[in-house]
Amino acid sequence: MKITALATVLTLWPFFASADVTISDGWARASILASRPAAAYLTLTSNQSDQLVAITTPIAGNVTIHAVETDNDGISRMVEVDGLDLPSREPVTLAPGSMHLMLMGLSEKLEEGTDLPLILTFASGARMEISVPVLGPGAMRPQEQQP
Amino acid sequence: MSIEPSETSPKARLLRTILWGTVILVIAGVAISWALDMYLGNGSKTVRYSGEADIRSEFSLTDHTGQEVTQADYTYRWQLVFFGFTNCPDICPTTLAYMASVVDLLGEDADQVAPIFITVDPERDTVPVMAEYVSVFHPSLIGLTGTEAQVAEASRNFRTWYERTEDDSAPDGYFMAHAGHIYLMQPSGEFEAVYQEGGQPPEALAQEIRKKL
Repeated sequence: MKITALATVLTLWPFFASADVTISDGWARASILASRPAAAYLTLTSNQSDQLVAITTPIAGNVTIHAVETDNDGISRMVEVDGLDLPSREPVTLAPGSMHLMLMGLSEKLEEGTDLPLILTFASGARMEISVPVLGPGAMRPQEQQP
Repeated sequence: MSIEPSETSPKARLLRTILWGTVILVIAGVAISWALDMYLGNGSKTVRYSGEADIRSEFSLTDHTGQEVTQADYTYRWQLVFFGFTNCPDICPTTLAYMASVVDLLGEDADQVAPIFITVDPERDTVPVMAEYVSVFHPSLIGLTGTEAQVAEASRNFRTWYERTEDDSAPDGYFMAHAGHIYLMQPSGEFEAVYQEGGQPPEALAQEIRKKL
């Protein structure tokens, strides 16, 4: 019986493991006006090559992944990323001044101290529901990090 | 180079060497003085080569309280100026939060510095929008808006650049691409230095500004 259970776990293990994405340092910035887009940031590490293809949240009309491209003249442009590539075991970080999740059509302001639910869908078929803390509008990083 | 004629006397060869040497020295001298002139500028000439010297704080805009203002309203203070727009989800809040940290770090010296945020999207960034937006970052942050023409003129005087980019994923279907520079202007309105958020921690910028006050 025990051996059967162990065998089952070992057999199924690759399937569980195949869609294993670790999310860390997730946070959103409190929005100033409900009519203005908000930004959320996180770090994704997948144990296999995958792609983040969609993000939704019940409180925003749509969520897009944006990269910021800055040219030699210091001009910054936002570029929509259709699918965010997640190389195997390589952390991909969305942080202020570079990549971010842009939340538009907010049904309410993102208030500091609340949590923002996010649903992430991956090319592998994996789906994750997470919730990230909403920090102040002037926040620059996940939490107060020790220097 | 042609092959040296075998009949050339040593004297003629020496003369030729001296002549060529002189020509090369003159060319090098002219090139060096021209390069120095380009690099350092020359106070005695009216023409100035430095592009930075042309950046100047000159504008006629409306502040977030509805007052019409010009650069003259801030001449007794140094100015920390950033161009952006309130529909910008990342760079603008990040930079304004950074400027707010710098102002806080200046402590008692903060009243000698006016932090100014000029919108490049006056169509949406009206006075009430600017009022609510700037108050979130810092009580002393000044938000400036105006007509399209007024904003374009201010941007020209600061030698900065912005452009409307149509994008279906953006609020109202467009973003504003813009430069992410923070200008430090002297109380006279003349250019002092330019920075970028991420270029140095806020502590370092606050220290640098304090030394100049």
